[in-house]
Amino acid sequence: MRISLSWLREFVELDESAEELRLVLDDLGLVVEGIEHVGEGLGDVIVARIDEIRAIEGADRVRLVVVDAGNGPLEIVCGATNFALGNHVPLAPVGAILPGGFVIAERKMRGVTSNGMLCSSRELGLSDDHAGLMILDDLITPRVGQGLLEALSLTPDIVFDISVEGNRPDAWSVAGVARDLATRLGRPLSSPPLAQPDAGESSSPFASAGIDAPDLCGRLTVSVLRGVKVGPSPSWIAQRLQTAGMRPISNVVDASNLVMLELGQPTHPYDASSVAGRTLRARRARSGEVLTTLDGVQRELAKAGRGLGDTGEDCVIVDGDDRVLGLAGIMGGASSEINDATTDVLLEAAFFDPMTIARSSKRHSLRSEASNRFERGVDPQLALRAAARFVEILRESVPSLQWMADPLDVWGETPHVPTVVLRPSDVERALGISLSHAEVSRILEGLGFATRLDRDQISVVPPSARLDIRSGAAGRADVIEEIARLYSYRRLPRRTPSWPEPGGLTDRQKLRRHVRDVIVDLGAFEAWTPTLGSDADFDFVHPGTERVRVTNPLASDESVLRATMIPGLARAWGRNVERGTGDVVLGEIGMVFSHPLATENPRTTKGGAGGLVALQLPVETEHLTVVLGRDDDDATTAVAFWAVLADRLGLADVVVRSDESAPRAFHPTRSASLVDRASGATLGHVGEIDDQLLGQLAPSANARRLGVIDVDLDVLCDPSLATRVSHLAEVPSRYPSAVIDLAFVTPSSVHAQDLAFALRSTSELVEDVELFDVYLDASLPAGTRSLAFNIRFSSDERTLSEGEVVGAREALIATGATLGAVLR
Amino acid sequence: MTTSPLANLATQTTELLAAVHALSTFEALREAEPFITGKRSILSTLQKSLGGLEPEARRAAGAQLQEARRTVEAALEIRRSELALAARAELLESDRLDLGDVVVSAVRWPASVGHPSLVASTQRELEDVFIAMGFTVSDGPEVESDWYNFEALNIPPAHPARGMWDTFYVEMGEPETVVLRTHTSPTQIHLMEGAVENGSLPIHSVMPGRCYRRDTPDARHLATFHQIEGLVVDRGITFADLAGVIETFTRKYFGPDISSRLRPAFFPFTEPSAEFEITCTICRGEGCRTCSHTGWIELGGCGMLDPAVFEAVGIDGDEWSGFAFGFGIERCVQMRHQIADMRALIENDVRFLRQFS
Ligand SMILES: [Zn+2]
Repeated sequence: MRISLSWLREFVELDESAEELRLVLDDLGLVVEGIEHVGEGLGDVIVARIDEIRAIEGADRVRLVVVDAGNGPLEIVCGATNFALGNHVPLAPVGAILPGGFVIAERKMRGVTSNGMLCSSRELGLSDDHAGLMILDDLITPRVGQGLLEALSLTPDIVFDISVEGNRPDAWSVAGVARDLATRLGRPLSSPPLAQPDAGESSSPFASAGIDAPDLCGRLTVSVLRGVKVGPSPSWIAQRLQTAGMRPISNVVDASNLVMLELGQPTHPYDASSVAGRTLRARRARSGEVLTTLDGVQRELAKAGRGLGDTGEDCVIVDGDDRVLGLAGIMGGASSEINDATTDVLLEAAFFDPMTIARSSKRHSLRSEASNRFERGVDPQLALRAAARFVEILRESVPSLQWMADPLDVWGETPHVPTVVLRPSDVERALGISLSHAEVSRILEGLGFATRLDRDQISVVPPSARLDIRSGAAGRADVIEEIARLYSYRRLPRRTPSWPEPGGLTDRQKLRRHVRDVIVDLGAFEAWTPTLGSDADFDFVHPGTERVRVTNPLASDESVLRATMIPGLARAWGRNVERGTGDVVLGEIGMVFSHPLATENPRTTKGGAGGLVALQLPVETEHLTVVLGRDDDDATTAVAFWAVLADRLGLADVVVRSDESAPRAFHPTRSASLVDRASGATLGHVGEIDDQLLGQLAPSANARRLGVIDVDLDVLCDPSLATRVSHLAEVPSRYPSAVIDLAFVTPSSVHAQDLAFALRSTSELVEDVELFDVYLDASLPAGTRSLAFNIRFSSDERTLSEGEVVGAREALIATGATLGAVLR
Repeated sequence: MTTSPLANLATQTTELLAAVHALSTFEALREAEPFITGKRSILSTLQKSLGGLEPEARRAAGAQLQEARRTVEAALEIRRSELALAARAELLESDRLDLGDVVVSAVRWPASVGHPSLVASTQRELEDVFIAMGFTVSDGPEVESDWYNFEALNIPPAHPARGMWDTFYVEMGEPETVVLRTHTSPTQIHLMEGAVENGSLPIHSVMPGRCYRRDTPDARHLATFHQIEGLVVDRGITFADLAGVIETFTRKYFGPDISSRLRPAFFPFTEPSAEFEITCTICRGEGCRTCSHTGWIELGGCGMLDPAVFEAVGIDGDEWSGFAFGFGIERCVQMRHQIADMRALIENDVRFLRQFS
């Protein structure tokens, strides 16, 4: 909201500088987002008349304009085209300095000399309008050679751009901001002059008003204004509107806008002659009704909207023929608009149910200055005061304006005004500081709250404008916020609390940190890939499976919640390959999602209005995914990476089992499951990314192999599924170990790790079994390979005898035989 | 009477189909194709021979020939995909690797240095500051119902306040009932509900996590981002405790010469609410472009828990009080490392990632 200092000063005395006021406003929660100095640097600008317009040879973007600014003809090159002969425009002559320090100099172009610059409103810092030159004839009766400031009755001003929070509808006006300032600074607050209705003929039965939907329209006032002459507003009004960022349109519309900016009450003027029966009624729109709003859009009314709590209700204003004139509180229709011939005006000033306006405005995608205010809540008591202010302002241009006696005033339901009781300890309990009754009352009364000291309690009744103040405990919090705000948050005490309960991480969180540290230690770059992916990515990995889809994605290929991080990481790697930095391992810990229909144990939670519906939500699983893209990386290095990771995580025995059960993102013949030997649980998979998928995701990777590890952290973090090595330390034997190598010709159906496990379990004397060579050769029987193990024997009690070693060796050979493995 | 040029068409078609079935490799198919359906095939020869017929007869014969061609072509395509599958299967088979046989000790392991994600490391540093102040860390789901993301936080359905968040809705249940969480605040509700159920109040916890807003990414915003949120529910907690926690955190994380201040703001789930600002870390409070010459920059929001939130989760506001605060982790990252364009954080460019340890 743009508010000028001169306007604020009409309500409260302010001697502070703009910067000083910024600090005060910020501290009141009325955050100043910008300060603009309007009308500064315009001292040199004068009024000039367009006397001649000529083309310049060879130039089609600019023309030569001859103007008179009181000292004879001046030739000026000009790029704008929005003016005609005889128009008056602002001229910055040679030597003038415009806002922002821009110095005007004589310029030569295309053989023509330009002796100054004709200006747009924006170039002068007067408004955002830069569609062309500022045509002064639209605003004033200009005189050639006159200073622009004088001609526009402009005084340099300061404009604050204030951001008003959603719970402060009362502050969305000059009067509201002034009230906060006056209370904080301890100064009196003035009221603007208001007109009185004329004595004489009563508004009724000349006009009538009614409310058929009292829950949607809480108050409808209609003032009958006669003898209206539509024309331009006086320049001070035009300037007020422009500095506030609104365009002046006509004296009637401008008066309506000015009142809205000043007091916060939107009003709507109708041409009485086009309102049947001079009757305005507020009612519910009926299904099937349509309205063409002022923006030219035809709108279907009373049509249920998408989204929770939207029943499709619209409140409309209708005339005596029950014809819809406008969408109440949001936008009018064209049929009853004020026009040049208007002489009688019906001025509507009303209160509408904020939620109804909010829903209608959202459903119709129609926001207006009026709807923005009504949906936050306009003071229900303000309507007739606003009408009085409207008349006062319109009389500036139409002194003979009549305001018929007894304006129509019909009431529906308005919000209940609560009485909030502050108990003696409430303020201290909330703010940690004790404030005197006098201080509390001074603040609240300044803001228009009525307070009454009742023994040691203070009963507080908020002013009608403060629709944000609730009742009960919530209302107490609202009132205490007002006290704190006006007292100043910066003056409140600070205390660092402490408590006996210790802080810290859960086991799960510690493990997650550990996993991250280990993959980084092993050379991985930690990546962050998109949660939202494409259907194509999803389909490759989970064809025909239900997916979790976003209703309103930013792009069609960002519409599905990922079920695996593999495509995202492969793509991230592919981009690095393109940049020549693909010699890298990327890893990510993140959530993957599965649809409730595609999972056995969907998550159920409460949702819907009031949280009364049991909703099934996607299952979220945390995964670790690593892709290995260094030059020689493949499934083999992925297995090695996993082995080191598993070792660092203290996993007891996870078997790498090539069983082709890996998800489709994995290479069909170069992947394996990671199975916990003791629990049988699958922790994840290891291998390479499917070559065809990789071709799609990283086309520039050119048939390189990309190793991959994917681990379910939910399983990894569950010690009953992912078995840990015993925390009991084993002290190595003090006696020497005997070391032998055994090579077995082993059927390819027997896993090396299973054989190793069997060997290890054969005898107490076996200290360690480690695979050191795999040998494939045509000389071996078909369907076999040779597995060579390095085996250490030892005993805690003695040095093993040769006989014991030989015996153990025989036992191991026998064990191999039970699995079909034959000593080579 | 001359014989029709198509007199032997049936036999010829059968022969062609047999030839198609006999193709045993992809290469053989490619070589044979011109002789089966291409320019040098019997079908093309027959086509040319139709030129001499009467128009009527030519049309009929043409249709007949076209039919035969379709049959042969279809068979060829089926064979082509069969052979492609077989070739793929053969390739996969020749590529087969039994990962159980990998000799880990024999794998050559290039020396390479890894780097943590800047956002994840920052999140950890923030957690550690709060852990030292006595906070636990809590996680929560990224997909939430509207109840947890909005209504329990005092943002009722269709309330204009919902417009404060650009929400991604999930296609599930009634429209707009399932969302990608727009903030970490729903985790507060889960924590409070859980504590009420287990009788385990008080709560002193921070909740970091990934959030989503439907906002086109630019230099200062990402549609996916991380927040960290703090929640304290205990006996005798006041606004002074909130201001103290914010100040302690600010000094511990940003440094002893950086301080904090609060100014009034609006959040539906806290009352009184505040925006918290810290000394500009670029100019140390002197005033610069980053802080619009005020010496302060906005970091996050905070406030005393609104009684409506207590009511939604069933906590007795006469016995317990509390506060919450939250801010963006990327914002901390951007401030500390002066990253001009936040999108660098999601591009996974190794040249960017390798700068951070
Ligand atoms: Zn600064």
